[in-house]
Amino acid sequence: MSDSVNLGVVLVNIALLSMLFVVAIAVARLRSLFAIVMLTGVYSLLSAMWFVALDAVDVAFTEAAVGAGVSTVLMLGAMLLTARTARADKRWARIGPMLVVAVTGAVLIYATIDMPGFGDVHSLPNTYVGAEYMARTKAEIGVPNVVTAVLASYRGFDTLGETGVVFTAGLAVALLLGFGERSLSAGHRAGAGRQRLKEGPGKGDHHVIVRVVSKVLIPVIALYALYVQFHGELSPGGGFQAGVILAVAVILYSLVFGISAALDAVSAGFARRVAALGLMIYAGVGFWTLIEGGLFLDYYTLLAHEGGDHHSANTHGQHLGIMLVEIGVLLAVSGSMVTIFYAFAGRAPEIRDEDW
Amino acid sequence: MIEDLLAWFGQAYGFIHAPLGQGLILTGALLTIVGAVGVLRFPDFYTRLHAASVTDTAGATLMLVGMALISPTGWVALKLLFIWLFLFLTSPASSHALANAAYTAGMEPRTGPGAGHGPGGVS
Repeated sequence: MSDSVNLGVVLVNIALLSMLFVVAIAVARLRSLFAIVMLTGVYSLLSAMWFVALDAVDVAFTEAAVGAGVSTVLMLGAMLLTARTARADKRWARIGPMLVVAVTGAVLIYATIDMPGFGDVHSLPNTYVGAEYMARTKAEIGVPNVVTAVLASYRGFDTLGETGVVFTAGLAVALLLGFGERSLSAGHRAGAGRQRLKEGPGKGDHHVIVRVVSKVLIPVIALYALYVQFHGELSPGGGFQAGVILAVAVILYSLVFGISAALDAVSAGFARRVAALGLMIYAGVGFWTLIEGGLFLDYYTLLAHEGGDHHSANTHGQHLGIMLVEIGVLLAVSGSMVTIFYAFAGRAPEIRDEDW
Repeated sequence: MIEDLLAWFGQAYGFIHAPLGQGLILTGALLTIVGAVGVLRFPDFYTRLHAASVTDTAGATLMLVGMALISPTGWVALKLLFIWLFLFLTSPASSHALANAAYTAGMEPRTGPGAGHGPGGVS
């Protein structure tokens, strides 16, 4: 533990946190929902940068991909279903929320007094379980990224729950808004979109440059998702981030080339089946370990009969289990995200250039 | 003869790469500040966009080149090259998309004498 505080890091932290504060105030004060959605994206990017400054690179990665990427697009889709501006509240109606915020803020500030110092080696998270994970991962799991080992192996059951939550979110949105394919494929809207695509870059086409650049970038984005997926054991990343990045590739395609073209490439039925398949792969690995005679999601049993004996240095089983489980997360997350996007896009009226 | 020249270049690089890289990073940071001032001070949307894209292209490029010069290994420099390539493709495209959307929405650029004075916006 070093007593000397790095002044540069402190300054960066202060700058980022004050920018977060300003953005939060702006979000609370604004009435235009479009500006608010954009500012929440800015807020997510700033918090991602702050997480990097705190050395929580995996969290920063997720925040940048989910908070700034997908959720901005989904909130824009939700905004299109409602109004563009928020109604101004009555002056007396603002007192209640203000009181709640003030009391909660005061309690949170009071709670920070009991928090351990940042990076304190004697604090609770850094002494018992955390230190055990750091010490054992290399011998027991054999992957360099401890975050991946904790997420997919030590706490694999929790991650199964999280994957289920993402899948359930997709399911809930689809149950409320529909899967989007019927309203898109049956209506004249799809026909109009196809017609516009066939005409190609013409005189009235304002989107040639965006289209060309996206055409170059979308394969690279998909490839990057696979890199994040299969490099997650070595470096920051993993199934959640990769799934979101893969979904972003599909969403970008449909934003630039039109929903109907995206539905031709990745149909809504395919997206929801992929989501279900991902959750089934994750749970299936758990049942496979049960059949092999171990506990639920006990990866040591996976390759135990091929030489390595149970509960020793059989890290191959761990590697296989983590890889399969991460593939399940990838499929569940990307399928759910695309399903949610299609659900919103299927309800939203077509966005014309003039509307923006 | 050629080997001597190469060795001389290597030595010269060893001397110059760190100060050169730091200077480029500082220049890039300066351009970023200039871009931020421009976004705040310029009169209408299109000129502000111009100032913002100076930050995106020139500032980011100079900083990335500077970081590549002081990077410890070639792999880091290669990754920086990929980041630069990504920015090189995306930031002009996004600037173009913004300007295009503003023009399509009917926002006229301020023109003529005296266009540089007073608060601007949609005319």
